[in-house]
Amino acid sequence: MALRQCAIYGKGGIGKSTTTQNLVSALAELGNKVMIVGCDPKADSTRLILHAKAQTTIMSLAAEAGSVEDLELEDVLKVGYGGIKCVESGGPEPGVGCAGRGVITAINFLEEEGAYDDELDFVFYDVLGDVVCGGFAMPIRENKAQEIYIVCSGEMMAMYAANNIAKGIVKYANSGSVRLAGLICNSRETAREDELISALAAKIGTTMIHFVPRDNVVQRAEIRRMTVIEYEPQAKQADEYRQLAIKIRDNKNFIIPTPITMDELEELMMEFGIIDQEDESIIGVTAAAEATA
Amino acid sequence: MAALTKEETEALIQEVLEVYPEQARKDRAKHLAVNDQSLEKSNKCITSNRKSQPGVMTIRGCAYAGSKGVVWGPIKDMIHISHGPVGCGQYSRAGRRNYYVGTTGVNTFGTMNFTSDFQEKDIVFGGDKKLGKIMTEIEQLFPLNKGISIQSECPIGLIGDDIEAVAKKANKEIGKPVVPVRCEGFRGVSQSLGHHIANDAIRDWVLENRDGDDTWPTTPYDVAVIGDYNIGGDAWASRTLLEEMGLRVVAQWSGDGTIAEMEKTPKVKLNLIHCYRSMNYIARHMEEKYKIPWIEYNFFGPTKIAESLRKIAALFDETIQAGAERVIAKYQAEYDAVIAKYKPRLQGKRVMLYVGGLRPRHVIGAYEDLGMEVVGTGYEFGHNDDYDRTIKEMGNATLIYDDVTGYEFEEFVKKVQPDLIGSGIKEKYIFQKMGIPFRQMHSWDYSGPYHGYDGFAIFARDMDMTLNNPCWKQVKAPWKTAESSNVAVAASA
Repeated sequence: MALRQCAIYGKGGIGKSTTTQNLVSALAELGNKVMIVGCDPKADSTRLILHAKAQTTIMSLAAEAGSVEDLELEDVLKVGYGGIKCVESGGPEPGVGCAGRGVITAINFLEEEGAYDDELDFVFYDVLGDVVCGGFAMPIRENKAQEIYIVCSGEMMAMYAANNIAKGIVKYANSGSVRLAGLICNSRETAREDELISALAAKIGTTMIHFVPRDNVVQRAEIRRMTVIEYEPQAKQADEYRQLAIKIRDNKNFIIPTPITMDELEELMMEFGIIDQEDESIIGVTAAAEATA
Repeated sequence: MAALTKEETEALIQEVLEVYPEQARKDRAKHLAVNDQSLEKSNKCITSNRKSQPGVMTIRGCAYAGSKGVVWGPIKDMIHISHGPVGCGQYSRAGRRNYYVGTTGVNTFGTMNFTSDFQEKDIVFGGDKKLGKIMTEIEQLFPLNKGISIQSECPIGLIGDDIEAVAKKANKEIGKPVVPVRCEGFRGVSQSLGHHIANDAIRDWVLENRDGDDTWPTTPYDVAVIGDYNIGGDAWASRTLLEEMGLRVVAQWSGDGTIAEMEKTPKVKLNLIHCYRSMNYIARHMEEKYKIPWIEYNFFGPTKIAESLRKIAALFDETIQAGAERVIAKYQAEYDAVIAKYKPRLQGKRVMLYVGGLRPRHVIGAYEDLGMEVVGTGYEFGHNDDYDRTIKEMGNATLIYDDVTGYEFEEFVKKVQPDLIGSGIKEKYIFQKMGIPFRQMHSWDYSGPYHGYDGFAIFARDMDMTLNNPCWKQVKAPWKTAESSNVAVAASA
């Protein structure tokens, strides 16, 4: 089987890292050889696999060694649960330097050092919530991830973000081979959430590949720095991640997305009662003014 | 070849423009003009200080070049850190021939390259800490430095290094001025914005350092030389004349200059501006804040020197006015001899210039003193106030070209067929291969000084030895007849 490279995007705090690590664990359980590349300066994309607080990152090791050229692959690549290979690109503290360049440097390093070997079945890039600059689009440039999964929920901002990410994918899809492969709904238990995300997916030309229900076992496992797959393999939630893994493994639905306009998105949300019909008379009116009116 | 008429020059511009696609043609047309001395304002005929068209081989520099390379770099007792990757500092190191007195590496640092030598990790994690460490090391290794400037290269503006905070902290620690300069190369359309940014940094971080300190004795004859970078010793050749006429030169900005001189400048009576383009900003600021008047002067060639000395003296008392006359008389025999020797060899020769700063207009008088004529001139990064000052210096129907492109310059030269071209190193070998004598007029072609009476003698000698060099008689192919040689020069490129 040829190596499949997948990138996970989605609004900050939506559960990308947790979902990715549980999904990857399930893929490993199915016998796949998988690598996770964390593309976030917070470096929390591999902690559940490695049972670590935060993995030592490529960029911090490079800073220590002097330059990235002084590093060897084994310095940065750690193996965790299910033989999953883990790397974190790393980056600066908030407010200094350039995190985007960190991602570019790290991914170039991995390529040059031959981290993408023939034995791998999957590489997953877990990317910072907002694609704020070219660095965070690095995983979806030519010859890297071909499949993108967007993690979202039925909340308004998560859907806005998903649609915006779809817009970003169009740019790279037209110039390369990257495709949108589906939405993963990480439930926040909003009303008719599965229908809503399915409808949104249909509008942008893809599918909701799986609906992951909310379950406290995820948090219980997280506290122990483990995935549900490892912590409580017989849990119902573990089966959800296994289903997601199988669906992704068998997925063939790779498309150039058709992102929708703001108006269309708001219409969809109104249809599902997420937002009300816009009442122009209340725009720009403060609470105090409303009280006296 | 006879001078072109107004119509011929206009036709030449049209012919040269023809090759461009429409949008580029429209843009470039605004930058090319036929001089008309009757105009008061250059904006009637020329546009300047605009972004260059892509693909035209402009020779402009960047904001970093304007700040580090021009304004700050020559201040000899400060250490100027090129903050960013190594190339900007290394390839601009010691290239401008800003002469200075001192022991390099001990109390002066002009030809050295100090850089934070950015690596990937510095981009990703930021260069603040490294910058702080460099300054501590500088203080240990070069304790006689009188201050530090931080010259920002491009990445600094992208990754957001807080160089102001680092500068303030270092200033407290080492007790010397530490000046952050936001001269990232991508800012502005040429080096010109870098000059402005550098001037502003001096205004904000240096100029007020001695406000309220009256312990330093002043005289009524205190002046500062602003905008002389002492290329090949220019400022020295200028300073002697000012001193001989009775003035006290307190500061040289910035050739062979020191930070102490700059700090004392707000106490002078008059600021003398040579390179208006790169330092008019600070002169205007001192006029506004300290009520110090400023005037422009020109020390190229005896005519302009005498004119300038008298203009400067007129702002002082009779002692100085008498001093100016004394100086002019003292050197007269010397410069008359220079003219007597070289004018017969250079008379009637035609020159085309394309340089930066003040030279496109300031050197015209020196050529005229030698009986030569400047038939085309232009600025790399001038503004319209530069062209305002150029119109009257140039003859009617001569060519004016702003940010000239490689193609335009070559075509103009083929048509106008000047006897000498004065421009930069990138133009030099192209025109020499076309068989035209050439002087590199940015750093005086490893010669100089050209300022003052001393400089004029060297200027005249250099022009003669270039123009009348016997090698030019050897560039014609032996099988070409004399009659066809003009055609051959025009056709070769």
